[in-house]
Amino acid sequence: MRQFLSFLAGGLFGAGLFISGMTDTTKVQGWLDVFGDWDPTLAFVMGGAIVPMFFAWRLTTGRAPLVGGSFPTPSKPEIDHRLVIGSAMFGMGWGLVGLCPGPVIASITYNGWGGLLFLVAMLAGMLAAPKFGVQLDRLATKA
Amino acid sequence: METDWIWGLVGGGLIGLGGAVYLLGNGRIMGASGILGGLIDGTGRNAAVEKLAFLAGVILLPLILQTVFTAPASTHMTSNITIIIAAGLLVGIGTRIANGCTSGHGVCGISRLSLRGIIATVFYILAGGLTLALFRHVLGVI
Repeated sequence: MRQFLSFLAGGLFGAGLFISGMTDTTKVQGWLDVFGDWDPTLAFVMGGAIVPMFFAWRLTTGRAPLVGGSFPTPSKPEIDHRLVIGSAMFGMGWGLVGLCPGPVIASITYNGWGGLLFLVAMLAGMLAAPKFGVQLDRLATKA
Repeated sequence: METDWIWGLVGGGLIGLGGAVYLLGNGRIMGASGILGGLIDGTGRNAAVEKLAFLAGVILLPLILQTVFTAPASTHMTSNITIIIAAGLLVGIGTRIANGCTSGHGVCGISRLSLRGIIATVFYILAGGLTLALFRHVLGVI
């Protein structure tokens, strides 16, 4: 059950990314390109995704997940250097190529060697992140 | 195309439904960087099979859709190796440091009215827009 629901969720996510055009880097970069030929599609994708999720969060109150256990508790609203600098770094990479983690995976079978190379670099970055984070913390306490 | 926004809305709805299934079914937040990162650095080992099943769905559905319903989908991926490697590293480090990406902070965070999710989204969109403007319109390399 757990695995089936997980596969179903992944399938919906992947299908949604494909249908919305989010595995096409021109559409993502087009949305970020406010000084060029601006493409509003990504805003519709975000909006379309947030609506069902908003109701899903509403449904979590007083209930438990289907497979048991408990729902994730809200994280402390900590706005720290990790959140801000990490997000800014992610945004830079996202703008440069027009790919974020979901679409990288969704398009891996048809995005050629470039998509594979991006995935390898991204995974390497993920492995390097804890060490990078420690350095970042050190800089933040000095500042 | 004029119909792109409709497909965006429909696709977005499916993404949100996926997130809803993952949340209400498995009790988890659907974040692509968290799922991937947890698998490769070992922090998500306790739910590895579940995460692999998720990734199998993410890969399989677009593969089926693009072979059955459309001509091979174009991704317009850059062929600049330096840019690809630099961007991949930035996305990998950044999403793990910030603990989320477009799906986790964006879709799942904003819909929960999470301040962290909203702040993260503002920063990655600003950084993305500025980086694109610099590299496309000032330097002219992408």
